[in-house]
Amino acid sequence: MILLGLDLFEPYHFAFFRNGVLVATIAGALCGVLGVFVVLRGMSYIGHGLSHAVFGGAAASAVMGLNYFVGAGVWGVWSGVLIGRIARRRIIGADAAIGVVTTASFALGLALLNRYGQAKKSIEAVLFGSVLGVKTSDIIAVTVVTVVVVIIVVMAYRKMVFATFDPDVAEVTGVQVQWVEALLMVMLSLTILVTMRVIGTLLISALLVIPASVSRMTTNSIARMLWVSPIVGAASGFIGMNMAYHLDTSVSATIILVAAAMFAVVYGATGVRGRVRISALHHV
Amino acid sequence: MTKLIECRHLSCAYGNTIVVKDVDLTITSGEFVGVVGPSGSGKTTLLKAILKAIAPSHGHIDHSPGLRLAYVPQVETVDWNFPVTVTEVVVMTQSQGRWWPRITNAERAATEQVLERLGLGGLGNRHIRELSGGQQQRVFIARALFHQPDLLVLDEPTSGVDVRTRHDLMHLLAELNEGGMSILLTTHDLNGLAAHLPRLVCLNTTVIADGAPNEVLTSSVLEQTYGAPMEVLIHGGMPVVLEHGADEISRRLSRRSAS
Repeated sequence: MILLGLDLFEPYHFAFFRNGVLVATIAGALCGVLGVFVVLRGMSYIGHGLSHAVFGGAAASAVMGLNYFVGAGVWGVWSGVLIGRIARRRIIGADAAIGVVTTASFALGLALLNRYGQAKKSIEAVLFGSVLGVKTSDIIAVTVVTVVVVIIVVMAYRKMVFATFDPDVAEVTGVQVQWVEALLMVMLSLTILVTMRVIGTLLISALLVIPASVSRMTTNSIARMLWVSPIVGAASGFIGMNMAYHLDTSVSATIILVAAAMFAVVYGATGVRGRVRISALHHV
Repeated sequence: MTKLIECRHLSCAYGNTIVVKDVDLTITSGEFVGVVGPSGSGKTTLLKAILKAIAPSHGHIDHSPGLRLAYVPQVETVDWNFPVTVTEVVVMTQSQGRWWPRITNAERAATEQVLERLGLGGLGNRHIRELSGGQQQRVFIARALFHQPDLLVLDEPTSGVDVRTRHDLMHLLAELNEGGMSILLTTHDLNGLAAHLPRLVCLNTTVIADGAPNEVLTSSVLEQTYGAPMEVLIHGGMPVVLEHGADEISRRLSRRSAS
């Protein structure tokens, strides 16, 4: 198909692009689902910090010659659970503690790659994502995590909503809030782990926040948000990937810009109502 | 009368600060109990301990076997911007053994019945923010009732609501209690709420007095509970609590406006 002098199907002749589109679309949908809980719980900062922590794990596993998913996975899940515990205690300075833990992990990753890695190339790939680096194992990993997350969110939906909306009452009514929160942190860590190769450390939190915020502006029901947000995320991934090829721009940056453009359009279209709805989303 | 809750020598602490100390309290089925005391007297902590949401530092809390509890939080603590509709709030407690989270027709019918009973009929699809203050509070009572509890626990149900809403709420709770439901609530509203209840527990870290309003709403008990002098009048057979010094303040203020 030719549009404005561009052959829209041209990039699909390349296997790397087909893989990239697939991973970016699934990753967008996955971040969209979890993003709903991230923004409603005011965890945007935690998502941001967690992606930095996973970077440390990725670097350490690269240096030690470990499999990326094993090394960064263990590191990421462990940091996720730790951050969850720090945040849950709500002690003074929890944000600072999270900031210290995650940026230290990030700095360690940088230092390790400087010292032992093929520094420049791999650092850029992890920070900004690399579509060329997408392998079959990435497609399998992101698909498996997406399927698992969807199953968990569907099965534990009411418990997750209850624990998010009203943790005290949920606890009293028999929901194990602590477990629900730990589960959420594990899912978030795994999501960051499998999407980081395409989106990169620096921009992943945007993909967690923007689609969910867009969906919040369109509806007052969390159930509908959980449909709208992954669609917005997947569309951002798909459109962003295609545009990046034709415009010759960074994949992750283009995906985020597409998502941000959708945000701007919906922000304008929903007017005051949308603004009121997102004004209550906090950023912790 | 079966014992629903029994606290023995119950103490709760946050770190080194003891908030509730050596409380003995028994609630039997069919009772309607109010816990009164000043801010910071440990009322909410005692409720949370009774609900087993926090662990006691000393002592025991026993629940009768299979006891179903439902808790109505203070309206001020609710996030009214959270994207849920009235129906979604009410069915939230039903989360056991579900594979697909969609609200079933049976649940929808049961929800509508509870909402109807609380005067919220037809509001099921509204977002919780789009309700009046009184309606908002009743949504949370509806959620509690939907759970079919043996004991309904409310934290400060009349704080931040207007006189009319308080009146309606009192009628609703009295009706539920007459229908056999046991109720435990906290309040700092002595005249508007506490004086109408059959049993009051005056709390200030520990239990100062426990009994009918006529027995416990006395100057000496209230002074111990609130740490401020209070006068109690009997009006129409019911105790009415007056704060000492209120007349002195109004005299000072009127003198200022006159000068």
